[in-house]
Amino acid sequence: MGFLDTLFGRTKPVPPKLDDLFALPSAAITLQAATGFEPTGSGSVCFRGVEGKTFSDIQDDVRELLNMDAGKPGGGLPVEVTKDSYGFTWLVSSRMSDELDALVTDLHAVNTSLVDNGFGPQLLCTLVAFRDAAERRLALVYLYKRGTFYPFAPLTGERRDNALELQIKGAIGDDLKFEQDLTKWFPVWGAPGL
Amino acid sequence: MARTRYAPDRGLTVRMTVTMFLLGLVFVAFVALIIGIMIAAHASGAAIVLVALVFGGGSAIASLFYSDKIALAAAGARVVSPQEAPELHGIVDRLCALADMDKPRVAIAPTNMPNAFATGRNSKNSVLCVTQGLLDSRLNLTKEELEGVLAHELSHVAHKDVQVMTVASLLAIVAGLLVRFAFYSELFGGGRRNNNQNAFPIILAIMLVSVVVYAVSFLLIRVLSRYRELAADRSGALLTGQPSALASALVKVSNSMSRIPSQDLRAAEAMNAFYFAPAMKLTGGGKSLSTVFSTHPSLERRLAELEKIQKQLGQMTPQ
Repeated sequence: MGFLDTLFGRTKPVPPKLDDLFALPSAAITLQAATGFEPTGSGSVCFRGVEGKTFSDIQDDVRELLNMDAGKPGGGLPVEVTKDSYGFTWLVSSRMSDELDALVTDLHAVNTSLVDNGFGPQLLCTLVAFRDAAERRLALVYLYKRGTFYPFAPLTGERRDNALELQIKGAIGDDLKFEQDLTKWFPVWGAPGL
Repeated sequence: MARTRYAPDRGLTVRMTVTMFLLGLVFVAFVALIIGIMIAAHASGAAIVLVALVFGGGSAIASLFYSDKIALAAAGARVVSPQEAPELHGIVDRLCALADMDKPRVAIAPTNMPNAFATGRNSKNSVLCVTQGLLDSRLNLTKEELEGVLAHELSHVAHKDVQVMTVASLLAIVAGLLVRFAFYSELFGGGRRNNNQNAFPIILAIMLVSVVVYAVSFLLIRVLSRYRELAADRSGALLTGQPSALASALVKVSNSMSRIPSQDLRAAEAMNAFYFAPAMKLTGGGKSLSTVFSTHPSLERRLAELEKIQKQLGQMTPQ
């Protein structure tokens, strides 16, 4: 925030950074080679809904757009919409596990339609789920406001596997723009699609 | 540049600018008057002004530097870890990620009065504190409403309100010190060079000027505080996208505030300016007078402003 904004108590809503998301498919290949984690084909976009009909109309449009090719060959399952206990909305898109490109395109469609309608600052994060042979869960979380990724590996209960997360950072830290500030690796317990 | 629904409130900016300008003007006029009086009386003013600036500035910097510790100690609050208060931390985590700001420490104060405050000299050292009463099930605050309150407090951190208000009150502190030093120097120093007939009206003039300056700057600081509350309401509501959740939280907190025993309220009075809702209501003197002296805008005013934001967010096409 600039000096004048501080002086006048104005917060400019932070616009989301969208482009770095497209680095994900190639990083996933590196991840699989280095650690054995494979994409599950499920990914989600998390945003803070705005009260009022305008926003819910846009949300419905996005869902319709993503569901257009559902059921057709090459299309995924219908998009799932859930609201978590914090009041945030998650749009979950499920594809085949080898369709990470299509998944990222889906996620990007959600982003652009929110941004085009002026709701870009409401975007929180995107989650892409991975799993390894031992059924360990891992998510790569993309923070829209910072344009950075971080790993989130939930264990049973509200604990996370910090060792695995740091290992992931070591494995693909050069392929993705990783969040260097560890205090920003906030947990997303019970995130849908994980 | 992408279109936005989050236009700043120009009216508020203008009013805040005018207030801060007047505050600066009062201070400059005050210093000029004091120096003028001293020159007229052939007293050496430069050293006194310097000493007052050093003392006033020093105490303000100290209170700014320790503001988080002082506030936590005054409220008897304790910093809690994510394990102790997972829900609270979860909300703050998300809000900070949404606003792209550093996460403040989170503390809980064992007070039954539902309220919250944020303090600290910068974003790294800030503390967001809620009272036990705010989390109490009897208040029946929903998660969205709690989020609204926390977003309001995070906006105070983002707007650096502790720093701004410290600087604003620094002017008053220095002014007060100047008066005192001037008084003593006239009494013990300058008085010797002048005859006693001359010294008395000078001291009287200085005291008169100081009283006027103090009253004016006091009122201006209160005006500024109210504007900054409105600004925090606005930023908080835009951050969560739920202005009506913040509005209903305000109503709930304000309603329960009037039922709280007065001992708690008196203990909380000193920290009034940092609170989410005023802990101490001025009684008597009529509505207009309490509005002028209050650190917080009236509930009606805050609700009306939130309603405007609601309309702004709901419009069909962004500006």
